[in-house]
Amino acid sequence: MSLVLLLHAVLGAGLLLAPRAPRAVAVPVSLLGPVAALAWWAANLHTVLDGEVVEESRRWVPQLDLAVVLRVDGFAALMVLIVSGIGVAVFAYAGAYFGSEPVARTLGLLTLFSGAMLGVVVADSLIVLYGFWELTSITSFLLIGQKFQLAAARSAALQAILVTGAGGLAMLFGFVILGHQAGTYRLSEILAQPPAGALVGLALVLIAFGAFTKSAQYPFHGWLPGAMVAPTPVSAYLHSATMVKAGVYLVARLAPAFAVLFAGWRPLVVVVGLLSMVGGGLRALRQHDLKLLLAFGTVSQLGFMMVLFGVGTEAATLAGCAVILAHALFKAALFMVVGIVDHGTGTRDVRLLPRLGSEWRLVRIAAVVAAASMAGVPLAFGFVAKELGFEAFLHGGIGGGAVVLGVLVVGSALTAGYALRFVAGLYGRFRVDPGGVGIAGDDAGQGVHAPSISFVAPAMALTALTVVFGLVPGLLDGFLGAAASALDLAEVTVHLALWHGPNAALLLSAVALSVGVLIYLRRRPIDRGLSLGSAVPTGSDGYHAVVDGLLRGADRVTGIVQSGSMPVYLGVILATAAVLPGVALITSQAWDGWPTVVDTWVQVPIVGLLLAVALGAVLLRHRLSAALLLGVAGYAMAALFVVQGAPDLALTQAAVETLGTVLFVLTLRRLPARFERRSTRRTRLLRVVIALLVGVTVFGFAMAVGTDTDPRDVSTEMVERAQPDGHGANVVNVILVDFRGLDTLGEITVLAVAAIGAVALARAGHTPRPEPGIPLFGPGGTTRHAFVEVVVRGLVYIAFVVSIYLLMAGHNDPGGGFVGGLVAGAAVALRYLAGGLDEVRRMVRLKPWSILGLGVLIAAVTATVPLLFGEPVLQNAAWHLDLPLIGEVSLTSALFFDAGVYLVVVGLVFMVFEAFGGETTRPGDRQPGAEPTAGSHPEAVQP
Amino acid sequence: MSVLLAAASAALFSMGTYLVLQRKLSRIIIGLGLLTHGANLLFITAGRRGLPALVGAGDVDELSDPLPQALMLTAIVISFGVTAFLLALAYRSWLLTDDDEVEHDLSDLDILLGRGGREDDADLLERLDDHDTDLLERLDDHRRDHELHLPPVDEPPLEPEDGAR
Repeated sequence: MSLVLLLHAVLGAGLLLAPRAPRAVAVPVSLLGPVAALAWWAANLHTVLDGEVVEESRRWVPQLDLAVVLRVDGFAALMVLIVSGIGVAVFAYAGAYFGSEPVARTLGLLTLFSGAMLGVVVADSLIVLYGFWELTSITSFLLIGQKFQLAAARSAALQAILVTGAGGLAMLFGFVILGHQAGTYRLSEILAQPPAGALVGLALVLIAFGAFTKSAQYPFHGWLPGAMVAPTPVSAYLHSATMVKAGVYLVARLAPAFAVLFAGWRPLVVVVGLLSMVGGGLRALRQHDLKLLLAFGTVSQLGFMMVLFGVGTEAATLAGCAVILAHALFKAALFMVVGIVDHGTGTRDVRLLPRLGSEWRLVRIAAVVAAASMAGVPLAFGFVAKELGFEAFLHGGIGGGAVVLGVLVVGSALTAGYALRFVAGLYGRFRVDPGGVGIAGDDAGQGVHAPSISFVAPAMALTALTVVFGLVPGLLDGFLGAAASALDLAEVTVHLALWHGPNAALLLSAVALSVGVLIYLRRRPIDRGLSLGSAVPTGSDGYHAVVDGLLRGADRVTGIVQSGSMPVYLGVILATAAVLPGVALITSQAWDGWPTVVDTWVQVPIVGLLLAVALGAVLLRHRLSAALLLGVAGYAMAALFVVQGAPDLALTQAAVETLGTVLFVLTLRRLPARFERRSTRRTRLLRVVIALLVGVTVFGFAMAVGTDTDPRDVSTEMVERAQPDGHGANVVNVILVDFRGLDTLGEITVLAVAAIGAVALARAGHTPRPEPGIPLFGPGGTTRHAFVEVVVRGLVYIAFVVSIYLLMAGHNDPGGGFVGGLVAGAAVALRYLAGGLDEVRRMVRLKPWSILGLGVLIAAVTATVPLLFGEPVLQNAAWHLDLPLIGEVSLTSALFFDAGVYLVVVGLVFMVFEAFGGETTRPGDRQPGAEPTAGSHPEAVQP
Repeated sequence: MSVLLAAASAALFSMGTYLVLQRKLSRIIIGLGLLTHGANLLFITAGRRGLPALVGAGDVDELSDPLPQALMLTAIVISFGVTAFLLALAYRSWLLTDDDEVEHDLSDLDILLGRGGREDDADLLERLDDHDTDLLERLDDHRRDHELHLPPVDEPPLEPEDGAR
């Protein structure tokens, strides 16, 4: 069996990959799948008839105890016959239906669809069953949306997959509960020893929900009539043998084991089934489109099957087996007839159908016989099946059986009514004058032409089977018996016969048929009554309401969680960051006493200055002043670092603060001088509250950390290993370029990216002004002084020498690449202040981004060179050189790495001036040189 | 760790947080600077105070803790890079709008107000605490620019005959 499934997959994929394959190739290829399945079926028929099962098992995920188990028993064999038998007819029919249109894509999808459905009926593992189940949903989505150019097809396909997909998910949930409770995911084992408990009840409800959506039961049936936009062969297959039968199949499997075990099962399934049977029948009575009539008829018939299988008694199950087969035969034939008529006449609206001549005789015969089988007229197989159904409820067995039986008879009468409507419509009883309303068919405007014999043959073959099984139902005794036995797990002997003598079931059949005829004859008043029912919300209304509600709800949730306001986002994040750890601090026992209040009194004035200027930066409403105060705070930090014993940090902080202040001034000079006060009181209060929360949490955190014991093992080890391993005495620098060098490499890359981003943001799309708009120098700006320039030039070279010294010495004394680069950057800033961006550009030939890239490159190469010698990344090496004049020089490879860092920082500074240092025009600004002058104006010359 | 430095750090965090929650990008940048100072202070006080961490400058126990210093050194330089980037954002904002206000995201605002709907202007501005008078105008422009233009439906959808959907 697994080979058959594989064949379907391969054939389907092949056909999809060759969508232009000619019909003469595509049709025979597609037929290989169902034919192979039928061959397999025939080969294993004997085993199944003997009550044995054919089982196949493959390992899948042994860790999860999951295996792909395929298991074919009597009922699965019946389903295989239906899926593949109807499949052969539909595939052959599709070949004729599509004519000269490309057919390979449709056939490929149908092959995959067919394979997925086979998988559903032969899978024994619930998870595998679920997988195939969803595959049928997906393939049906693609099939319904075949004519994806039509909005109606797209929305119908979407509705189908959303509804059945939702059901499928619920079903998976149910499967997991069921499998967990039973201790196995093997369906056969679960059914042999069904688990009990409230959870299993929940699982069954979820699974039934999945089955209802799949089998288009009320109130989830809306997608099935919508799916009529699909090409007719697809509809024929979907309605008769696949997809919608999957839900029925699952209910049939579960009912015998669980119908008695769970009190809720029967009411649920039977009520939904009866509702669908009657509701679908009533809707079918009003349709003018033959396909829609059949679609609602399918909803009705599926309801019938749900009731029969859902009850779970032996007699009802047997009747279900017969009905599922009968329905497949007549419904496929009826859809084929509609497709033929649609093609031949250009319409399937009963009000527009022209008179069909004698060359349509075969089509008419097929239609009448199949409709008779649907209505339950004797001599057709549908009659036998329906009789069995009535019989099952006549002899009791379940509570409320009489009521169920009554509704079934009503439903059957409706079925007879719409079957008659179908036939009468085909014969032109509803025709109205041309020019009236109606639905255009697939092939409008080609003129009426009779179908070819190959087009009609598949429908005729199915009809013939309906008649044969109707006349000699005994042929199916063994087969249906095996199917029912497989479901009931008990020996069921069957004797089907056309004539059981005058009994109650026959009487009920007669009643149903007569009422059906009456419904047809009295259709006008009934139709008026039914039109009142249009006001009742339908399943599709529910679907649309749910989908609209979901979208609106999503909008609302988005509106709340994504307000589009950065202060709100940051407020939420910061408040969370304050409250959660704050609560943890309060509840934990980390706090064990106050540490010393003040380490050293030198800190007090520095902290006082720091906090005073910080507060000023918060309160001042003048932009530049606030920024300058931030710079002062930075110098206070540097002073604190000195006190702490961190000269590298102090140097770095001071250099950064110098550069940062220049940077702020360069940018903020353009912005409005003051912040306007615009927030409401409430918002300001909220900000203060969040700010205080953060402060309190940080303080608590600091106390908790500070009073913790401090082993300092790591730091001590780093100090001890700095010289032997890192060849340097400045431990901070050794950590940066050696112990944690990879971090540093990452950090300078971040710096480079930030610099590139800054330049891109500031310069993109804007041309430098030809003349300074807000000039720093020249008329209207600062005057350039020769004295200043001379002094600055001198200072700049000194600063560069110092920066190189800091870089070289950094490994053993305070300094290093970062500090050196920043000092060099400060030199660049000096040069800028004296001469502007042009002067800065003249300092080096390299472009700023080249310096930046060179720095990253040098650092990265230095980091990776040790790999060539089989050493780890960033392994440090040291050489001692004895140079003339200079003396002994100790050189380490870390110096090259630090030089890379140095270059990146210098490049960053150059980039910053490149970004903000120039003058730019904004789009829409007037070009100073472009203004028309009075002298150039012709009229101005005239007196 | 001393109470003085912990309190100073907490105060810097508070002030930085207050500024970060503002609408003006330059205030946010200044706030981030204060937050950086606060974090650095917290970090350095977690380590030991002592002599500069140079081997040979003193006994191992007398040296200051080098590890937090190394971490902070890169932090200081990175925060400089980030500041430069944010200032570029402010500069860009000035190029486009003459100000460095961090505006409401118009797409999000549209969803918040219920796609295409319109509230009373004063109410809306009150709710958003945003006294930007051009905001509604820009929102209308945004809606106009982002209207969906679907191709016309090529065929009426298939409807059952009994009038119900």
